[in-house]
Amino acid sequence: MRRVYLDYNATAPLLPEALEAASPYYMSVWGNASSIHRQGREARMAVDEARMQVARLIGAPNALDIVFTSGGTEAVNLAIRGYAHGSRSRGRHIITTRVEHPAVLDTCRALERCGFELTYLPVDDLGRVDPEALTRSMRPQTILLTVIHGNHEVGTLQPLAELVEVAHAHRVPVHVDAVQAVGRVPIDVLASGVDLLSLAGHKFGGPKGVGALYIRDGLGTTMQAILHGGHQERERRAGTEDVPNIVALGRACAWMSQRLADEGKRLTRLRDHLEAGVLSRISAVRPLGKGGERLPNTVNLSFAGVKGEALVFNLDLLGIAVSTGASCSSRQGVPSQVLEAMGVSQEESEGSVRFSLGWGTTDEDIERVLDVLPSTVERLRRLSPLS
Amino acid sequence: MERPIYMDHQTTTPIDRDVLEAMMPYLTDQFGDPSSRSHAWGWAAEEAVDRAREQVAGLIGAQPEEIFFTSGATESDNLAIKGIARAYKEQGHHIITQETEHRAILDSCRTLEQEGFTVTYLPVDRYGLVDPGAVREAITDQTILVSIMHANNEVGTIQPLAEVGAVVKARGILFHSDAVQTVGKIACNVDDLQLDLLSISAHKMYGPKGVGALYVRKTRPRRLKITPLLDGGGHERGLRSGTLNVPGIVGLGRACDIGARVWPEEGERLTRLRERFVAGVMQGLDYTYLNGHPTQRLPNNVNLSFAGVDGEALIMGMTEVACSSGSACTSTTLEPSYVLKAMGLDDALVHASIRFGLGRWTTQDEVDYTVQTVVSRVKRLREMSPQYEMLVRGIASRTGR
Repeated sequence: MRRVYLDYNATAPLLPEALEAASPYYMSVWGNASSIHRQGREARMAVDEARMQVARLIGAPNALDIVFTSGGTEAVNLAIRGYAHGSRSRGRHIITTRVEHPAVLDTCRALERCGFELTYLPVDDLGRVDPEALTRSMRPQTILLTVIHGNHEVGTLQPLAELVEVAHAHRVPVHVDAVQAVGRVPIDVLASGVDLLSLAGHKFGGPKGVGALYIRDGLGTTMQAILHGGHQERERRAGTEDVPNIVALGRACAWMSQRLADEGKRLTRLRDHLEAGVLSRISAVRPLGKGGERLPNTVNLSFAGVKGEALVFNLDLLGIAVSTGASCSSRQGVPSQVLEAMGVSQEESEGSVRFSLGWGTTDEDIERVLDVLPSTVERLRRLSPLS
Repeated sequence: MERPIYMDHQTTTPIDRDVLEAMMPYLTDQFGDPSSRSHAWGWAAEEAVDRAREQVAGLIGAQPEEIFFTSGATESDNLAIKGIARAYKEQGHHIITQETEHRAILDSCRTLEQEGFTVTYLPVDRYGLVDPGAVREAITDQTILVSIMHANNEVGTIQPLAEVGAVVKARGILFHSDAVQTVGKIACNVDDLQLDLLSISAHKMYGPKGVGALYVRKTRPRRLKITPLLDGGGHERGLRSGTLNVPGIVGLGRACDIGARVWPEEGERLTRLRERFVAGVMQGLDYTYLNGHPTQRLPNNVNLSFAGVDGEALIMGMTEVACSSGSACTSTTLEPSYVLKAMGLDDALVHASIRFGLGRWTTQDEVDYTVQTVVSRVKRLREMSPQYEMLVRGIASRTGR
């Protein structure tokens, strides 16, 4: 049975090139990058090179603006908590949106318990924040805006330039959770003026267990670290550098830097083909979040008369991996906050399935899905008391 | 004999081939996210993680559900200290630790001091040992946590954890240990040591970098409260959010599995090699001192002070041997080792100290070669050292202890 993986927004396979680049750092150059002997120095050089590769992918002017973390969640926590606690004397108000990933939402809730005030901006039916709404929510005590670019559930891309403009006009720095956007759409932190940006290796072909936080030069001194201990990452993040994973992340970034535009086009074509194919073969299906700017690899479809979870399990039996909502939440059975914020009804939300493509997705994968999906949906509709 | 000879196993260890092999499927086609509840890729990843959890638990005598995966021991230490303190701050604001802990513990404590906690940093004796009686005396009704490392990474001294544990638990206080240098190397059982929390690092025990664990005892009637450092997604029962580093976790599990089987014999082998090393050096040199406890020390640790010699110069001159002076985490600065200072060494002797850490694949030939190299280099450096000359002529003080 041909297996098809379309859950890249949950995690992606590691690029063989990235694994190859990392291999020597497992078996041959395995020193601690802080050591001064040759093993250590070689490890250090590899880390430095990876840092440059990450910087290049996101347009960071200086590799030293990149802090390696253990993943996207840590980067997001470091950005938000680190900046909030470092700036709490200036103000306690933080603005975010209602469509953030749990990493941001839960961090914001934790900050609320610590005495910070949070505003969760509403979004339109496509999941976009209105810059006007942002302007209206600004206060003298606002210290940070954190916004997701590239929604994990529906793929929505925010009007970043306008949002940054508003925030900066109020002297408020902007953190972008770009975990789903890096390696999928062009990112230029310098041109866009973004102050902090989080990314995770494993979403676009890099490894699990490593991520990065871009910190605009000058901002770092106002931030508090989360992990204290050694002097690694210029005192911003203690802990022995995970050299093989950092090298793999760097290589994945380099790989993507070379082909971002082409890969974007390729994914768009495959995704659009999947979406159009489903819409033409199956009735009563609505794509959620379609109509604005979207990640090239994501399509979230709501099937009337079907429980998304049931459809997902049935697809797994056919060797196809997809998901409902954010895989990152351990909260089972909770309706999607993102879809709710977009005005999607609970029924439509429960009938939704997310298909997310990536570097390994082929035309054959899409054909396979289009082959089996209609009959699967039809069968479930027949069995369902809902239709 | 490969050059340079790696004698820095406290800083990091090479990954065991078996461990890397175990990781490979999860770096290639088994790439699923264990949080993906809806398909086979996710379930396979979850299974692998469950197995690793059992392996880690098995090594330290814990239950699998008491093992929480982190990005490494620095994080585990931060999580244990800050997490417990912040969760129990209504009950008390006093923490007890000691002066020779790893920076991850000390700096976490310093951060908590800024948040209003008081921390007692107990002194150590000339061997680096903490006195359980001193722990008992330091306890107040505000004490909520005691953290004492199992064995010191710089000098290898093994702390009397069982005795400290008895003191701490008699008062019903939570007990944590940074066991980074002992898990999989010497006996380390959470019940024997009466530990509530324990930090583990994979890359110190022939596992991969970027992963570690925190053991948290399942207490009754209520579970221990820990305020997480990382929010978002609620992974690891809410204690540590973030997509699991499946390959790393699988590697840690396998490393624990191997460690559980080999540590007794390996401990003996390393102890023999260590003693051969020390004897060889002492035979060839005078005014040379072993730092740390002579017998109650890690099987693989040799920390020596060579009076009249600059440690950095010695290391730089010995390109065939990779070792370190002080802890790697402070090696890019010229700060004298706070561990050696806490043990009473004066600055000169601290700067004259080198740590050698033997490992699983260290051979007797490598030890002999290293001893030879050390002895000849030290002699050469001493020829040019006015301090050494003064020492020999009885002008300078011997040890500054």
